[in-house]
Amino acid sequence: MPQGRPLFLARQSYRLRRLMDAARLLPVLGLFLFLVPVLWGPPSSHSTVTDGIYLFFVWLVLIVCAFLLSRALGPATETPEEDEEK
Amino acid sequence: MIPFRLLVLACLIYVGFLFLVAFLVERRARRRGIAWLRSPLVYTLSLSIYCTAWTFYGAVGYAARSGLEFVTIYLGPTLAFVGWWWMLRKLVRIGKRERITSIADLISSRYGKSNLVGVIVTLLAVVSATPYIALQLQSVTLSFGAFAAGPPQSWALLRPGATALWVAVGLTIFTVLFGTRNLDANEQHQGVVTAIAVEAVVKLLALLAVGIFVVWFVADGPSDILARIDASRMARWQVTPSRWIGLTFLAGAAVFVLPRMFQVIVVESFHERQLATASWAFPLYLFAMSLFVVPIAVVGLEVLPKGANPDLFVLTVPQAMHQGALAMFAFLGGFSSATSMVIVAAIALSTMVSNHIVMPLWLKIAPRRATLAGDVRRIVLISRRLSIAAVLALGYTYFRLTGGGEALAAIGLISFAGAAQVLPAMIGGLFWRGATRTGAAAGLLIGFTVWLYTLFLPSFGGDSLLSPGILAHGPWGIAWLRPHALFGVTELDPLIHAIFWSLTLNTLAFCALSLATFPTPVERLQGAQFVNAFDRAPGTQSWPRGLAGAEDLLVMSQRILGGEAAQAFFAREAATQGMEGFLPDTTPGFIDRLERLLSGSVGAAAAHAMIRQIAGGTAVSVEDLMAVANETAQIMEHSSQLETKSEELARTARQLREANAKLTQLSLQKDAFLGQISHELRTPMTSIRAFSEILMEGQLPPQEALRYAGIIHDETIRLTRLLDDLLDLSVLENGQVKLTRSEVSLRALIDRALSAASPAGLAVERDEGAEAVSLNTDADRLAQVFINLISNAGKYCDAAAPRLRIAVRERAGRVEVDFIDNGSGIPKEAQALIFEKFARLGDQSHAGGAGLGLAICREIMANLGGTVAYLPGQGGGAFRVSFPRQLTRLAGQVA
Repeated sequence: MPQGRPLFLARQSYRLRRLMDAARLLPVLGLFLFLVPVLWGPPSSHSTVTDGIYLFFVWLVLIVCAFLLSRALGPATETPEEDEEK
Repeated sequence: MIPFRLLVLACLIYVGFLFLVAFLVERRARRRGIAWLRSPLVYTLSLSIYCTAWTFYGAVGYAARSGLEFVTIYLGPTLAFVGWWWMLRKLVRIGKRERITSIADLISSRYGKSNLVGVIVTLLAVVSATPYIALQLQSVTLSFGAFAAGPPQSWALLRPGATALWVAVGLTIFTVLFGTRNLDANEQHQGVVTAIAVEAVVKLLALLAVGIFVVWFVADGPSDILARIDASRMARWQVTPSRWIGLTFLAGAAVFVLPRMFQVIVVESFHERQLATASWAFPLYLFAMSLFVVPIAVVGLEVLPKGANPDLFVLTVPQAMHQGALAMFAFLGGFSSATSMVIVAAIALSTMVSNHIVMPLWLKIAPRRATLAGDVRRIVLISRRLSIAAVLALGYTYFRLTGGGEALAAIGLISFAGAAQVLPAMIGGLFWRGATRTGAAAGLLIGFTVWLYTLFLPSFGGDSLLSPGILAHGPWGIAWLRPHALFGVTELDPLIHAIFWSLTLNTLAFCALSLATFPTPVERLQGAQFVNAFDRAPGTQSWPRGLAGAEDLLVMSQRILGGEAAQAFFAREAATQGMEGFLPDTTPGFIDRLERLLSGSVGAAAAHAMIRQIAGGTAVSVEDLMAVANETAQIMEHSSQLETKSEELARTARQLREANAKLTQLSLQKDAFLGQISHELRTPMTSIRAFSEILMEGQLPPQEALRYAGIIHDETIRLTRLLDDLLDLSVLENGQVKLTRSEVSLRALIDRALSAASPAGLAVERDEGAEAVSLNTDADRLAQVFINLISNAGKYCDAAAPRLRIAVRERAGRVEVDFIDNGSGIPKEAQALIFEKFARLGDQSHAGGAGLGLAICREIMANLGGTVAYLPGQGGGAFRVSFPRQLTRLAGQVA
């Protein structure tokens, strides 16, 4: 419903929107980095040790980024609902 | 070496411990709720059922066989969780709002609460979970077998099949005891979730313990382990791009579509913040689980004899190093991985089976009002228990049929590929409003069939279900129908081949049929609800009012939710409606909430069907929607009509009020005039009488008598003038005046008026050039108006140096003459009245007239086809006389 949304935002909500964009982009970046091994060619040109270090390093970087983003985006998630049945 | 009895005892104690944890948590949660149960930590740990025995044992075997390819199974879910903002958040939001109980429920609910789609998804899920459950049984059997490799005598009675059977039976009992003890309105199992969180910790610690042992005790720290990897036969590994991409994708999809993952991610979640934490914490868990896989594999290859099963390295490496306690710990870790997966999968699948297959069948078979008669709760619980047993029995059968010979990872991937068939319908349903039930059902069926044919049936191997001839040459010798080379695609390995074709054909059918078909109204409502999950307030379709009897609904709800819970819900609803007792009005909102509540127990489709039975109404039909729309349109029209009417009324009332005010004022004026006119008449009459009496006495000198007679004469003239004015006005008002038309110049007319009015002490400004306008009108009457206005200015202009400006303008055949003085003008409230008869402003004792001048002017101008109006805002009193240059009005009266 675009007509209900303001066209421009205050600095804080603008920041939050860009953080959401970052959260959406992070898996794309991760996918790209994780697909790099496809280009590595025949077994003679690379070794398990360096490949493993690369993959686990990228993995860790993604986890750290996700951690920072989830902390920043925490307030944007829906507040816990009170359980109706209790 | 650990004796067999000790092993079994350890298992039993461990299971008993889990049982106790689950039991205590459930009891405490029931009493007052436990805050930490809702913490993101427990949630994240419960997600770890993704890491089953396949991860615990199989990953090492996978690494030993294919190098780093094993990480794809964990990279996919990492991406899915890191990208939680896209998909998982929406799933959880929808799941909470619609009280989704399973993945089949989600898909069926999205596609118009269609049970057909629910049944297809359920069947697909059950069949595809079968290999996976078999995998867990196989891994537990293998791990028992690993201990049996020692002294054989105590294991003599033990055959692999028997072990698997006992494990299956034990797990069935555990799952039945915990998964189906009660029917929760939200289908949440807090006790089980806690037990699984405990198991998650156990398996992580066990794997880490083996990893640390291998890196720091067998090898000499990280650098040594890296050197050993480089020296082993694992130093080089082959990246197969199609497998790398395909497996990453498949593992990522598995997070959304595996029934047990859906259960822990969506159904058991409490709020989105848990997901926010899990978005990094769960990838971290996977990271930790994968970190030591390669080192364990390398050390296993070094220390164990050639031909040892690499799937068991986690267990056999500590054994070979004579670390009995560590081996025991690892065994319990593997046991945890297997049991937690089987328990959650069995719960999820049994929910689906009972909600989408058993309940609808029962509703159909049972007589129409049976929802009121039988004990639905009991039937739901029994059907769940039987479903759990059936699911495990299927897994066991698969295990026996395939002979338990395959690598763990290969079996797991078959299962993933089957579950992934739900993906197009799910993603389409969440992001595309045009996705329809027909499209979803067709896509699912085609994907399911292709998967069965290309992957599942061949997995039994040999000649059990598909003959070797069909595998090699295709059915009836048609080569392009070979299960592993469909349409001549021979370059892909069987797994990727199956994923490729099943998902491609699935998606094609889904999209094509969605585009070609038209969704039902409920589908469209649900579609909008799902796709716009973040924009909308809850509430979908409403039930037709007044069709369902509150009492019947209460009776039915009691049978599903249990008496206490149902009564509490009804009482609360009644209270919000401001009523006492247990029977609220069956408003659409109430029915809607009740349906959601029930759908938590029996699924959306069944809940919808049950309420439909009682409510007697059908599902929302197009006619209903049209009726509602019409009604709304009518109401809107009525209200807008009312609005117009009330505006009109307000306008009329305003006009009436204005008219009334004017009338009141006029009436006051008339009274004042009567007083005035009697005074005006009386004053000359009095002097006439007095002077004529003096004359009658007759003893006056002739000059005096002459003077008195002059006064009497003047007074009679004044009287005559007054009466003339009144007569004139009445003639003008009745339109009976005779107009005499003549050619005259405006300048001459103004000259005449100025000399006639002869205002003493009034300076006159004129623009003689502009006055050169020749008129064809009644000059006498027009001059009368001018004279009146000029003499008024002379009389009323209160400036120290009174000045009158006469401005003339000609425009489109009309002439405007403005008379503007520099006095204080006429106050605003009096402007509307000055042209009325008998109008006088304030106490104008020096005004000679009777207040008829301007009224006469107005009438004259009206007769001349023009107007005279007060012109405000000119810095003094100002009047504008406007009239046509050529008098044309009422020719009959123009002489």
